[in-house]
Amino acid sequence: MLTISNLQASIGEKEILKGINLEVKAGEVHAIMGPNGSGKSTLASVLAGREDYEVTAGSVLFDGKDLLELAPEERAAEGIFLAFQYPVEIPGVSTTNFLRTAMNEIRKYRGQDALDAVQFLKLMKEKMKLVNIDQSLLSRSLNEGFSGGEKKRNEVFQMAMLEPKLAILDETDSGLDIDALRIVAEGVNKLRSPERSTIVVTHYQRLLDYIVPDYVHVLYKGRIVKSGPKELAFELEEKGYDWIKAEVEYQQ
Amino acid sequence: MTPNSQSYTRTSPLKDQLLAAFQVTEERINGESKSAVHQVRRAALQQFDKLGFPTIKHEEWKYANVKNLIQESFELETPSTLSADDLHTLEIPNLSGNILYFVNGRYKPEMSTIVSPASDVQILSFAEALKSQPETINNYFARQADYQENAFTALNTAFAHDGVFIRVPDGNVVEQPIILRYINDAREKKVAAQPRNLIIVGRSANVKIAESYRSLGDMAAFTNVVTEITLAREANVEHYKIQNDTDTAYHIGTTQVHQADNSHFYSATVTLNGGFVRNNLNIVLDGEYCEAYMYGLYIPNGRQFVDNHTLVDHAKPNSYSSELYKGILEEKSTGVFNGKIFVRQDAQKTNAYQSCKNVVLSPEATMNTKPQLEIFADDVKCSHGTTTGMLDDEALFYMRSRGIPRAEAQALLMYAFAQDVLTQIKIEPIREYLSTVVARKLAM
Repeated sequence: MLTISNLQASIGEKEILKGINLEVKAGEVHAIMGPNGSGKSTLASVLAGREDYEVTAGSVLFDGKDLLELAPEERAAEGIFLAFQYPVEIPGVSTTNFLRTAMNEIRKYRGQDALDAVQFLKLMKEKMKLVNIDQSLLSRSLNEGFSGGEKKRNEVFQMAMLEPKLAILDETDSGLDIDALRIVAEGVNKLRSPERSTIVVTHYQRLLDYIVPDYVHVLYKGRIVKSGPKELAFELEEKGYDWIKAEVEYQQ
Repeated sequence: MTPNSQSYTRTSPLKDQLLAAFQVTEERINGESKSAVHQVRRAALQQFDKLGFPTIKHEEWKYANVKNLIQESFELETPSTLSADDLHTLEIPNLSGNILYFVNGRYKPEMSTIVSPASDVQILSFAEALKSQPETINNYFARQADYQENAFTALNTAFAHDGVFIRVPDGNVVEQPIILRYINDAREKKVAAQPRNLIIVGRSANVKIAESYRSLGDMAAFTNVVTEITLAREANVEHYKIQNDTDTAYHIGTTQVHQADNSHFYSATVTLNGGFVRNNLNIVLDGEYCEAYMYGLYIPNGRQFVDNHTLVDHAKPNSYSSELYKGILEEKSTGVFNGKIFVRQDAQKTNAYQSCKNVVLSPEATMNTKPQLEIFADDVKCSHGTTTGMLDDEALFYMRSRGIPRAEAQALLMYAFAQDVLTQIKIEPIREYLSTVVARKLAM
């Protein structure tokens, strides 16, 4: 589904991704871990099309399409979803209104008819139940004055509504207490399916107790330096990142 | 203030024309010329003659250059051929209540509808009120709006013949809004209108008033309006000023508000379109425990110019004022916000807040902001803040990452930005109408 080859990206003069290779197949969950500043969030941003970053080399194929050629909104319409580390507050636009606009724009891109109000509300009710989110939150301005937990839950709700093929969760655990984390993770797990792939970007292993990955990759200084099964996450939790750093230095 | 030679233009075609017109009018009104009101008009004319029109050397007119306006000459008494059918195109959907039409500054009773019983509120043309209640007019006319320093107020005062007169007796709640529609018929000739409005709201009385300005046709249309509003104790007034005018329209207006103890004044000024717009909103909080709310929204494009000057004068202790103006500037438009707050020495425990937020969507658009706080009391809470920036890129990216294309995301963000002010408008059909026009204008 997603093939990243030798992806290099920089912001201004600073080179952040230095050749990423990653293959994600349908239905798989990949965790990207690594110390702060290793380039995890950059990878998530580049995949979603954030324009602050310049891709200097490499390619990303998504379902056979050249992802890097597409605008962020086109990537969304192709089925990519980025759950933000810091969801943006949009005063004056309710989640409901926002999502209806987004869904219908995506449908337009796909050559489908717009959902009418009844169809949309029906779908919304269904997904609200799935991720356990309250109507009152959805009528409010998007993310405005939401708690950290509410923002993240809202991200998962949006994901449930938009039904992406590839969901990228960028530090979804940051700023959450354990209860909020569990609720958010439950939402993500309910959305797992054989057709949907997930990339979980996280610094800590604790999120992976709830969203169990098929593969774990360690990103360090802009490269994936280690990949392994889910047990690799436990090892990192136990030993920290220093041994990886040491291993990398040694190899160099 | 002695007029500084550089701050005013002594002579101009428009000034000459107006001075001559005053003579003609004076002869025509004949018997009325000895009335107290006319003495005020004459004094105002003399002051206008002395001052002339302000130039950009004048601090208050730094950005508002009237040099094109004062080269014009206008039809001052154009009998309009405007029909009810013509008005149809200007309709605001679902509007109900008291709707008064003024064409080229003159009240049109045959087009207007007054539904509120006269026992609840007196709604007359200013011209009628001059005849039927000279006493009241004498007591209130030109008492608040200063014509010594503002040349346009002087001019309006000199030509104060028509407009609206509204008086709400003590304790009355006027349920139906009063909508004042000022239409300039500039289809065939350049026209000027100088409406003069006097609004007197009694103790514990409540009223909602909206002024809307529109021109028809491509010729220049000049509106110079003055609205004086007096709130007795515990009065509540909502006042909206709506401008959706043509690119060839000049609008200069002053809303002068005087508040007594415990009164609440609530205002919104929305400028959707207009070639040259200058709005002065002056509020004197001349009582304790007053509240004044001022909202503003302006969305100029093309070469439109919109200038909002507000002045809040806290003269007594324990009052509250709050101000939020927002602007979206496109293309080669220019915006001005000048917000002055005075807190007099006696006005202890004043709370005064002011905020002006602007989004400049084009590198060729300009926004000038100037907050001015002059505080002479020591126990007060005052704050002001202005921001002028581009669109929030992070918000745009967030929306695009959900599938909303850039242009739609931008329109949605700007619409939401504007809604902050539009939601403050409590006359629903007007709010809906403005929302529709704003959405259309922002769909770039």
